[in-house]
Amino acid sequence: MAIVEKAAYTGNEAMAEAMRQINPDVVAAYPITPATESVQLFSNFVADGQVNTEFVTVESEHSAMSACSGASAAGARVMTGTSSQGLILMAEMLYIAAGLRCPIILAEVNRALSAPINIHCDHSDTMAVRDAGWIQIFSENAQEAYDNLIQAVRIAEHPEVLLPAMVTTDGFIISHGMEAVELLTDEEVKSFIGQYRATRPLLDVDHPITVGGLDFTDFYFEHRRQIAQAVENARRVIPEIGQEFGRRFGRFYGFIDPYKLDDAELVMVALGSTAGTARATVDGLRTEGIKAGLLKIRVFRPFPAAEIAEALGRAKAVAVMDRSDGLAGCGGPLFAEVRSALYGGKNTPPVVDYIYGLGGRDINVNDLRRVFIDLARLAAGEPVGQLVTYLGVRE
Amino acid sequence: MIKPDATWRELPQGGIIPEGGTAALYETGDWRSKRPVHDKTKCTNCLLCWIYCPDSAILVEDGKVVGIDYTHCKGCGICARECPPKVRAIEMKDESDFE
Repeated sequence: MAIVEKAAYTGNEAMAEAMRQINPDVVAAYPITPATESVQLFSNFVADGQVNTEFVTVESEHSAMSACSGASAAGARVMTGTSSQGLILMAEMLYIAAGLRCPIILAEVNRALSAPINIHCDHSDTMAVRDAGWIQIFSENAQEAYDNLIQAVRIAEHPEVLLPAMVTTDGFIISHGMEAVELLTDEEVKSFIGQYRATRPLLDVDHPITVGGLDFTDFYFEHRRQIAQAVENARRVIPEIGQEFGRRFGRFYGFIDPYKLDDAELVMVALGSTAGTARATVDGLRTEGIKAGLLKIRVFRPFPAAEIAEALGRAKAVAVMDRSDGLAGCGGPLFAEVRSALYGGKNTPPVVDYIYGLGGRDINVNDLRRVFIDLARLAAGEPVGQLVTYLGVRE
Repeated sequence: MIKPDATWRELPQGGIIPEGGTAALYETGDWRSKRPVHDKTKCTNCLLCWIYCPDSAILVEDGKVVGIDYTHCKGCGICARECPPKVRAIEMKDESDFE
């Protein structure tokens, strides 16, 4: 086996390095904290001639995604990066990119939404665009961000998927936190992702096509049904590519990542960097003989409902950790979908929601211990009093 | 050409139109509420209407306006507007006045 190169990288540096190795044809981006650095570093690679990318500096994120969609329709492999207000300014174009079946890759850094203005981590931005038709992959650390970004190229460009994909890191916690990242060689990345060949590129002048035509009552429904099928196909493709990545490079990926769930009675469900804190909490509780476990969800779109229902099949009480508040009046978005995934299954334990960490409010092992103590009471038969708890807010 | 009853499995992905020149296949004449009526006796064949028509619905043969393609004309009225004031060879009439 070849010697594995390790580098001390922040999440943004890991994203930028993956982008360099992917060497996309076009990157169109606009800077925004805390995602600025990854695209800025990538622009250095462009300036230094380390990639062949056409780098388009645009006047807004709306324009960035517009340029990305145009370049992708033309037949290019396209990437960009953004965060927070930038992502929701893109929102209109995100739907269009998915509807036009442009397999664009977006390095997204999760950050709170205004108002009040805040630059720190929560998942409100990514959750706000969860129905846009994009694949959404959350990363626990810089290593996963790097690995996920490389896999996202294969997933998005798969002929039976052809949907754009965003890979997220948690703002500052991962984007600016430095850690050891195991790198693939340029050759390994190149051979894993292969060449992109668009099926019907706009620039193929010998076979002219129209992109973005008016689609009324007679065909729109059929085209949306195709997208639903592409999402369904991604359910098969994502774990296949995660397994192939594992066989080749030693790190395996699926929809979910269960931790000590085999005999767990009290289970926490989490996305992103909090999974690391939850794992440490579970380890602590296990030394005290408490059967705690963690279900980390890696892919939020498509939502792995069946996998979650199976993984929670033996749980006696479940806590869903929502790092965004959908303001639905009945819990956060992850809660709604996890709870729905359990409905009609064999095991329907009490499921409660914890909305935490909004605007970058820190979450630590002691906070998460409190959640498991609540779960122990529910598992012992105490009725669910409060379905949704705001964890870590000053009452 | 895409069949009007094509299922979602048969249609090209992404709503693309997979060939050129397909506008002729899409009949937009029934969008019209006003109909341009061309008077050959007044027409000087300056072809301003032909230049301005956004739907290529002015029919021309040998440099002369011979009629209007009502299968595609949306009734926007640009032809009547651009016809020189001294000529006024095109008049917009309510569709309800016709059969």
